[in-house]
Amino acid sequence: MKNMKKLLIALAFLPVAALANEAKMDVSAPVNLSDHDSLQRGAKTFVNYCLSCHSANYMRYNRLQDIGLTEKQIKENLVFAGDKVGETMQVGMNPKDAKAWFGAAPPDLSVEVRARGADWVYAYLRGFYKDDTRPSGWNNTVFDKVAMPHVLYELQGIQVLNHETHQLELVKAGRMNPQEYDAFVGDLTNYMTYMAEPKQQNRKHTGIWVLLILGVLLVMAKKLKKEYWKDIK
Amino acid sequence: MAEKQMNETKGLMGWIDARFPLTSTIKQHMTEYYAPKNFNFWYYFGILATVVFALQILTGIFLTMHYKPSAADAFASVEYIMRDVWGGNYIRYMHSTGASMFFIVVYLHMFRGLIYGSYRNPRELIWLFGVAIFLCLMGEAFFGYLLPWGQMSYWGAQVIVNLFSAIPFIGPDFSEWLRGDYLISDATLNRFFAFHVIALPFVLAGLVAVHLIALHEVGSNNPDGVEIKKKKDPKTGIPLDGIPFHPYYTVKDTVGVVAFFIVFAAIIFYAPDMGGYFLEANNFVPANPLVTPAHIAPVWYFTPYYSILRAVPPILNSQFPGVAMMGLSVMAFAFLPWLDKSPVASIRYRGGLYKKWLAAFVVSFVVLGYLGTVPSNIWGQFSAGMPIIGGADRATVVARIFTVVYFAFFILMPWYTAKDKTKPVPERVTY
Repeated sequence: MKNMKKLLIALAFLPVAALANEAKMDVSAPVNLSDHDSLQRGAKTFVNYCLSCHSANYMRYNRLQDIGLTEKQIKENLVFAGDKVGETMQVGMNPKDAKAWFGAAPPDLSVEVRARGADWVYAYLRGFYKDDTRPSGWNNTVFDKVAMPHVLYELQGIQVLNHETHQLELVKAGRMNPQEYDAFVGDLTNYMTYMAEPKQQNRKHTGIWVLLILGVLLVMAKKLKKEYWKDIK
Repeated sequence: MAEKQMNETKGLMGWIDARFPLTSTIKQHMTEYYAPKNFNFWYYFGILATVVFALQILTGIFLTMHYKPSAADAFASVEYIMRDVWGGNYIRYMHSTGASMFFIVVYLHMFRGLIYGSYRNPRELIWLFGVAIFLCLMGEAFFGYLLPWGQMSYWGAQVIVNLFSAIPFIGPDFSEWLRGDYLISDATLNRFFAFHVIALPFVLAGLVAVHLIALHEVGSNNPDGVEIKKKKDPKTGIPLDGIPFHPYYTVKDTVGVVAFFIVFAAIIFYAPDMGGYFLEANNFVPANPLVTPAHIAPVWYFTPYYSILRAVPPILNSQFPGVAMMGLSVMAFAFLPWLDKSPVASIRYRGGLYKKWLAAFVVSFVVLGYLGTVPSNIWGQFSAGMPIIGGADRATVVARIFTVVYFAFFILMPWYTAKDKTKPVPERVTY
């Protein structure tokens, strides 16, 4: 019976071990949610570059206090003119116009990392290459025929896809060198990971206490059970 | 009996007992309900299912306070709960994890029934009520899964409701009636919400009550499959191997419940998505009727049946055989009390034949479950030159084989349980 129990438990966790809901990426995103400097840099990038077209309708500006910013800093540096600090990150662009311009409305990015995974987002931001067959002139290695043009090309420079090696090659340098650019989109990915579930760090800290208390309770419950059951023979 | 107790209790209890059978009810179901003393690990899952049920009701009440059942607001209101409602992320994760844990404990509870013959005479009705609970739970989970209004919610519901269209004659009208529209829409979301928060929880609670009433009428089975009521103390009439449920099993179950909470909390705090099994990644994309996801898979607890559905080939262009087999794969459990012809109840005294069949059944359940979560071309195809299976998806062929094993476990049961060598059953339970 003991073996059967073990077998069953092993079988129960088998699918979890083999999980593969998302496509595996070659790169792993530098996510570190306790690095507030990185998160703040990422937030700034998100607001300056992404928020022109993509909303984050579930993310409130003042929640950024989580990552070490003061309300004053948020108001002065991050909130669009006219928006209030307690509001969510809305976008000015009309989705209908966006669809006409790009062929698809830019999706809301609040929970993008939960839908795609941080590695995917990181690979995507590094994966743009010049492709003159596309209406926007750009294509992407992880999202083929994507409607979005390469917004950050001035920073990254221009890449082309070598169809023989399937590698991206930088043909025109941008304002950043490749290491700087990777760090830049790494911070952005880190921020988007935080934004997808702002309470996740907090949740992990709370969990320790809950598990500790439950552990103590388990010891007490076991002792109580032993005490009651000692006369059962 | 009630008359006698009325005189025994005094003060407040006496006042209540004269008006409501409180003392006698507590005695009948707790302090003088005699359970076998040899319960093991497998006997925790009934109480755990009850605990999860209570937890689902409780967290569900709080979710309902903030959730908005409309196609326009549902997805946003879930994110609102996750971000702006105080403790909302925990409430939501408890509910979503609770759904999966409900199935885990219920599957283990059913497995307990299989290994110790808990469905056998005189417990057939307990078992049938249990099967009804299981069906109801599947409905509850299905309706609830639409509510977050993500892509998987939407397309999962679309696929399942479309299954009913395969029923001959009434199918298309029936699925339209169920949806309240020609496709999954706001109307569907609203009625699924009604089923999920009112109709099915009521039915579930009622079924749990009759499941327990029937159990307390005939008494619990145990790992030896010995009827403890056959050996009673001649003076007191209490089964010799029985001990009062309270306090013995209340304190023992407390240990099990706390241990379960540790697992539950570890998931909620550290892996609420469970790698995409408890919360699917694609469900973080709002429902979009115009974009069909590349791969639609139900949540893990439905996947063994979903695999069977996919494995059965269409006959005369009709998907109905697959749908019928899927329904049968769930309903098969209801026939167990009459399929089992073994002279002994517990696996401890059964022979190797039953054990082998049970192991084959568990393996096919798990393999079918896994295959249901992945696309059917996951393992590629057999080479075109092979006879019969040439060119077929490997995973589909494997799913077909295990579907046959799954049903063979039930269909051949009268034969192998009768033929199996058994060991002598002791007079009393082993403790």
